Amino acid sequence: MIDISEYFVVAFILIGAFFGVVTAIGLIRLPDLYTRTHAASKSATLGVMSVLIGALLFFFTEEGMFNSRIVLGIFFVLITAPVGGHLIARAAYNTGVKLAPESIQDDLAKKEQFEAKKKKNSSRD
Amino acid sequence: MLDMSVYIALVAFAIAMIGIVFRAIKGPSTADRVIALDSLGISLIAVTALFSILLRTSVFLEVILLLGILAFIGTVAFSKYIEKGAIIDRDRHK
Repeated sequence: MIDISEYFVVAFILIGAFFGVVTAIGLIRLPDLYTRTHAASKSATLGVMSVLIGALLFFFTEEGMFNSRIVLGIFFVLITAPVGGHLIARAAYNTGVKLAPESIQDDLAKKEQFEAKKKKNSSRD
Repeated sequence: MLDMSVYIALVAFAIAMIGIVFRAIKGPSTADRVIALDSLGISLIAVTALFSILLRTSVFLEVILLLGILAFIGTVAFSKYIEKGAIIDRDRHK
């Protein structure tokens, strides 16, 4: 194995492990569901993509084989992990999961109040 | 050096998965648990990649793709269940 590529593989793997730990710390310490979704979807995606890039580089230099399955896995994780985070956060908001008490603004609730008031006015006319 | 860093990364992901399981047990709402299980599956992808580097084999790479697809489908199904109460809608005529 070429020596310089080994350093790159090690760097990618360690960056991925760091972001994996950051995901867990964010999931434990952040106050409400929406901030936890933020931590989980972004940093977990970045960490796993970094580990997979390290694996791709390793198999490319070790066996001389460009592994298309890892490339497909990288793109799939990149596309689907934020979509999953969005879907679960929207489902939680629609079923009434509260924001953290520190949060100061909720524009979606204001919009729903505004539309309910508009509907009431138009039915009165 | 490569094996040593792979071991370090495996230990880091093990600690991370313990933290994620803590959130899946404690999480106040159902959506918290779903997020925790989703990121547990994603961490499992990374562990599979690290083990295939450690064992110098490329036969586990389908497992990576399969785990990604299954984690996504599970998250979508659970979010539909939380939001609507049914995963597959049955009323065609509205």
